[in-house]
Amino acid sequence: MYLFKYILKRLGLMLFTFLVIITMCFVLVKLLPNSFEPKPGQDVQLILIRREMLGYDKPIIEQYFRFWFYALQGQFGASEILYPNQDVWPIFTSKLPFTMVLNLCSIILSIPVGLGLGIFAALKKNKWQDHVISTGVMIFVSVPSFIYAFLVKYLLYFKWGLFPATANAANGALSWDFIWSIVPAILSMSFGTIAGFARFTRAELTEVLTNEFMLLARTKGLTRAQATVRHAMKNAMVPIFPMILGEFISIMSGSLIIEQLFTIPGVGHLYIQSIQSQPNPDYNFFMLLNAFYILIGLLAGIVVDISYGIIDPRIRMGAR
Amino acid sequence: MNEERKYTEIPKSKFRFVDSSDIYHDKKIETKPVGYFQDALRRFSKNKASVVAAYIILFLVLYAIIGPFCFNQGYQDAYATDNQLIYYKELLPRISWLDGTGVWDGTKKVEVSQYTYDVYRGIGIETGHDPIVEVYDEFETEDIFHEKSKMYTIRVNTYYMVKAITLTLTYDQYKALQDWQDENNIQLILPRVKNQANATNPNIWYKSDQKGNAEKDINGNFVPAYYTDGPDDYTSEMRLEGDPGNWKYAQRTGQSGKYNYVVRVSAYDYFVYKYGFEPCFTFGTDTNGYDIFSRLASGARFSLLLAVFVSIINLTLGAIYGAIEGYYGGATDMVMERISDILANVPFTIVTVLFKLHLAPIIGKGALGIVVSLLLSFVVTGWIGMASRVRMQFYRFKNQEYVLAARTLGARDRRIMFKHIFPNSLGTIITGSVLVIPGVIFSETSLSYLGIIQLDTSTMSSVGAMLSAGQNVMTSSPHVVLFPCIFIALLMICFNLFGNGLRDAFNPSLRGSED
Repeated sequence: MYLFKYILKRLGLMLFTFLVIITMCFVLVKLLPNSFEPKPGQDVQLILIRREMLGYDKPIIEQYFRFWFYALQGQFGASEILYPNQDVWPIFTSKLPFTMVLNLCSIILSIPVGLGLGIFAALKKNKWQDHVISTGVMIFVSVPSFIYAFLVKYLLYFKWGLFPATANAANGALSWDFIWSIVPAILSMSFGTIAGFARFTRAELTEVLTNEFMLLARTKGLTRAQATVRHAMKNAMVPIFPMILGEFISIMSGSLIIEQLFTIPGVGHLYIQSIQSQPNPDYNFFMLLNAFYILIGLLAGIVVDISYGIIDPRIRMGAR
Repeated sequence: MNEERKYTEIPKSKFRFVDSSDIYHDKKIETKPVGYFQDALRRFSKNKASVVAAYIILFLVLYAIIGPFCFNQGYQDAYATDNQLIYYKELLPRISWLDGTGVWDGTKKVEVSQYTYDVYRGIGIETGHDPIVEVYDEFETEDIFHEKSKMYTIRVNTYYMVKAITLTLTYDQYKALQDWQDENNIQLILPRVKNQANATNPNIWYKSDQKGNAEKDINGNFVPAYYTDGPDDYTSEMRLEGDPGNWKYAQRTGQSGKYNYVVRVSAYDYFVYKYGFEPCFTFGTDTNGYDIFSRLASGARFSLLLAVFVSIINLTLGAIYGAIEGYYGGATDMVMERISDILANVPFTIVTVLFKLHLAPIIGKGALGIVVSLLLSFVVTGWIGMASRVRMQFYRFKNQEYVLAARTLGARDRRIMFKHIFPNSLGTIITGSVLVIPGVIFSETSLSYLGIIQLDTSTMSSVGAMLSAGQNVMTSSPHVVLFPCIFIALLMICFNLFGNGLRDAFNPSLRGSED
C-alpha cells in the first residue's frame, strides 16, 4: 500500500512539474513572432481567416485553455510550414517507430556488451585487462558521440562501402533494410552507452566484491564464479537495473545528432526540422515535441526512482 | 603550624624562583602543517594521468590564445571581404619542411580520368606548378556500355591544382599585376583562351573537343588555343614560354577611358601576389578557403571563453542559491528545491531555441545577440547542479560544533554561511566548475553542429560550426572535420581526466588510500 502511495505521490509531483513547464513553454512560444510567407497560389485572406479560426489572435490565456481542450482530445493542431495543413499528431506517430527501432537496437547491443566489459574489468581489477578497458571507457565516455559518428561513417561508408550513407526508410521501421542501413548509427550511438554501462558496472561490482559477505560466500565453499554471480551480481544490479530501465524509457526520445548525421527520419530529425524551418519554427510541431521530450525525461526519472524501491526493499522502506 | 596557615600573608621572601636554566618544552614539531589545499595539490600531483591532462589542457588553451596570431593576419582579414578565397578551399594540410615526403605535404593519392589527368598536366605546363607529383599506375576501366576509358592513379598536390582564375580588372589593377610579375620574374598573367565548347573550365588552355578532352598533336603535346587578336594593352616583358609573340594576355572591354580587362591568372601565383606569402596551411583550408589552423584556434578560444564565463556565472549563482537552501532548510528549502526541480526538467534545447528566438533579437543584431542568448540559456539551467552540490555541503556542515560556536559568539547568518561553512565546500565547487567546462563545450558544439545556433560568420567561428560545415565534404576532404574532431576529443578527455583527478584530490575520505 505504501508503495502505491509513494508512486501516486511521485506521479502527482511529476504531473505538476510537467504542467508548469508546459505552461512556461506555451507562453514563451506564443510570445515568439509568428509570421508567414504565402506561397505562390495561396490566398493571403484565406490564411488569415484560418489563423483566426485557430485562435491566433486571441489572448494567450485563452489560447492556452484552447490548447489543452484540444490536446486532451488528441489534437495538437496542424503544421503550417513543414507539412502544410496536415495534423501534427499522425506525422509524429509515423516518425516514432524509426527512433524507437534505432534506440532499441542500440540498447540491445550496449547492455550486454557494457555489463560484460564492466564485470570483466571488475574481476580483473588492477590487471592489464582492467587498465585497457578503463582507458577505453574513459575515452569513449569523454568524447562526444558525433565525433565517433564521423569516424564510423567515414570508415564504414566512405572507405569500405559496407553500408548506405543514409537510412533506407522506404519499407518502414521494422524492415530489415532499415535496420541494416542504420547499423553505423547504432554503432556510433552505442559506444558511449557501452562505456557508461561498463564504468558504472565496474564501480558497483568492485565495491560489492570487497564486502565481507563475499568472503563468507567463498568460505562456505562457493567457487569464485558462483559467488560472483549469485551474491555480488545481485547486489551490484541494484543501482544498475534502474539505469537500464531509464534507458528503455528514453528509447523514444532518441539522439538529435545521430539522427541528423545519418538522416534517419525519426523524432529527433523532425524536431530539428521544426526548429529550423523558415521563416519561423513550425510551432505546433515544436510544442508537441517539446511536451513529448519533457514527458519522456520526467517519466524516465520517475521510473528509475520507483524501480529502486521495487528492487531494493531497504530503499522502499525509506520511502514510507 | 600557625605560621603555615597564614596563606594570605605569605611574605615575598618565602618565594624563590625555580631554576630558570632548566626549561622543559614539548618537542618542537618539525614537520610542517599541511593545509587542505596543499594536501589536495600534493595528492593531485601524484595522479600522473591528471597531471598530464592538465598540461595538455594548458597547451590547448595556449594554442587557442596565440593560434590566430600565428597565421598571416592579412589573409585572415580578407575572410570578410574577399570572395576569391573560394578558389583555395579544401587545400590539404601542408608543412613546408615536409614537402616531398608524401606525408602532411598537401598531396593525396587519387584516381582520375584521362580528362582530369590532362587538365592537371595542362596546369603544370602552363603555370610551371605541376599538380601531378607522381604517376603510380595507368589502367583501363569499362563502363556499363562497354566503353573503355583510361584511368590514372596519381599523387596530386592540392596546392597546385587550384584553378586558374578569371578576373575583371581596371587598368590600374591590371598594370599592378604586370609590374609585380616583372619585378618578381613570375608568369602571373596567362594568355586568354579562345571560347571553346568547354569554356567553363578556365584551366583548359589547349585545343579540346566537345567534352573538353584534349586534342593533341602527333607528338602527344597539347595544342595551345590562345587568342591572337584584339587589343590587350599588355606591356609586361614576361611572356609565357613558347609564345610566338602574338598571344593576347587580356580581353579589353568597355569604352575608351574606362576600359576593363578580363584577365586569366595562375591561381597559385595570384595568391602569392595578393597575400604576400606562398600558400602553406598547416591544417589545410576549409570549405570557404579559410585557414583551419587559425580558425580552429579562434573557434576554440570562443568555446573556451564561453565555457569559462558560464562556469563562473553558474558557480556564483549556484553557490548563493545552494547556500541559502542548505543553510535555512525547512520550508525555504522545499520551495527553492521545487523551483530548481522544475527548471532542471526543462530540456536544454528548448531553452536555447526560445532564447535564440526571443532574446537574441532584443539584445542585438547578429552574432552578439546569439552569443549572449546562448550564454544566458546555459545559465538558466546550468547553476542547478552546482546549487545542489553546495546545498549538500551546507547540510553536512551547518550543525557542526564550530558553526554553533560561531553563532554563540554572535556571528550573523551571512558571516557563518560565507566565512565558516562555504570554505569547506570550496573543493567541491572547484571540481564542479572544472567539470562544467567540458559540458558547456559539448553542448555548444552539439547545438552549433545541429544548426540550432549559427555561430559561423566570416570573422567568428566555433568548433561545432566547423564540424557542421566540414561534414558535407567528408568524402573529398576529411581533414576539414579531422582537426576540429581531434581538438574536441582531446579537450574532452583531458578535462574529464583533470576534473576526476581534482575530485579525488579534494575528497578527504580518499586521503592515504592511494599511498
